[in-house]
Amino acid sequence: MTSQKMICQGLSCERGGRRVLSDVSFELDGGAALLIKGPNGVGKSSLLRTLAGLVSASAGTIALEGGREDCRLGEQSHYFGHLDALKPALSTIENLRFWQEFYEPHSLPNGTGAIFPDLEAALEAVGIGHTTDLPSGYLSAGQRRRLSFARLLSVPRPVWLLDEPTSALDAASEERMLGFMEQHMQMGGMVIAATHLPLSLANVGELNLSAVQGPAGGSDATAEDTQAGMDDWFYD
Amino acid sequence: MTGSMTNTRDAAHWARALFIREFRLGVRVGGGALIGVLFFLAVVTVFPFGVGPDMKMLARIGAAVLWIGALLATLLGLDRLFQADREDGSLDLLVMSGRSLELVVLIKCAAHWCATGLPLVLAAPVLSLFMNLEPVAMGAVTLTLLVGTPALTLFGAVGAGVTVALRRGGVLLSILVIPLCIPVLIFGVSASTAAVSDFAPFKAPLLFLCAISVLAVVVGPVAAAAALRNAGD
Repeated sequence: MTSQKMICQGLSCERGGRRVLSDVSFELDGGAALLIKGPNGVGKSSLLRTLAGLVSASAGTIALEGGREDCRLGEQSHYFGHLDALKPALSTIENLRFWQEFYEPHSLPNGTGAIFPDLEAALEAVGIGHTTDLPSGYLSAGQRRRLSFARLLSVPRPVWLLDEPTSALDAASEERMLGFMEQHMQMGGMVIAATHLPLSLANVGELNLSAVQGPAGGSDATAEDTQAGMDDWFYD
Repeated sequence: MTGSMTNTRDAAHWARALFIREFRLGVRVGGGALIGVLFFLAVVTVFPFGVGPDMKMLARIGAAVLWIGALLATLLGLDRLFQADREDGSLDLLVMSGRSLELVVLIKCAAHWCATGLPLVLAAPVLSLFMNLEPVAMGAVTLTLLVGTPALTLFGAVGAGVTVALRRGGVLLSILVIPLCIPVLIFGVSASTAAVSDFAPFKAPLLFLCAISVLAVVVGPVAAAAALRNAGD
């Protein structure tokens, strides 16, 4: 069984002429999780969007060792952000089926595919199996969130980038989602989550972001408290 | 099995899924397919009331009125082409999926045209009756709209990509796109009127129209994809 490793070095990013991330470095092994912590506006979402390739980094490198060399990290990742990417006019299963057919599957390092390749099983697993043919516009906020999460279960991708994954979820759903994260990690996958809440996962590291001062392109970043659980990287 | 064969089959698979999704969204409630046709109807029907019951005059300006109506109806639905996806987060996933964004744009445009452009083409012969067009002119307008409206959608996609992050970007989109659509309008109308004229050639402007549409198929997706890639910031 080959394993994968994500290496992120000296990552900086600017948005709207303001530097929001400065010199962030970490390593993450397959089967491990990384929680990105820090107060509001510190750049947690920006870091996830940069890893996903939605925001271009102004400096630094991101690599997935053991992954597909011809694909960027974002193409091998699931991004689960604040928005649910659902169309109210399509039914629950049509929404999910589209993403399953559209997304290129990247099997995990140990060769396993999706946790729930079958769409109905995926919907059942997130607890909305009874809404299969209902237009997703009728779902509640928590149900929409769970439907969106079912995308991660039905298409295999080694890296999960989660932005406040448990928002709008009740305790039972949160528990269930943590179970899927554990399952994903046991299959050799990685989870990077930005969150305020303590997610009780095994094999989890923390990355504390602190505010970046000064204008864009400023020569030196302020001292950054970068702690990445099992693999610490202090990179100047 | 060779890699390229797998890739081709794979591309056909996701392209089909995207086309079906976009087409469904276009024709379902709130998708804008019916709105476009109704707007086309509204624009064309006000002309006889404004111009008056001068049948010869209506027949002379009929092709131009139909073309302008189709242009405005096309622009009406285009502002939501990418904006709806951006607002619900789908655009992020489409951009980072690793699928060719140019191809994604092209497929979205194709589905959008089938849902909103094709009904305009089909409505044109009926609306020609309001404008007292001869049967030959009716056929010519319908044919030129069939050839020319894809170019309107594809040029519009560029404007939709550029204005995707703006609230109320629809007006700006129209201002950006109308200059690009003027050649389409000129050749479309001149081919339509030439069909019933003894002097003007029909084939030359029609071929120019085809050329513009082919150009739009190449330029539109590339430009719109470039705009969308920079919209993530």
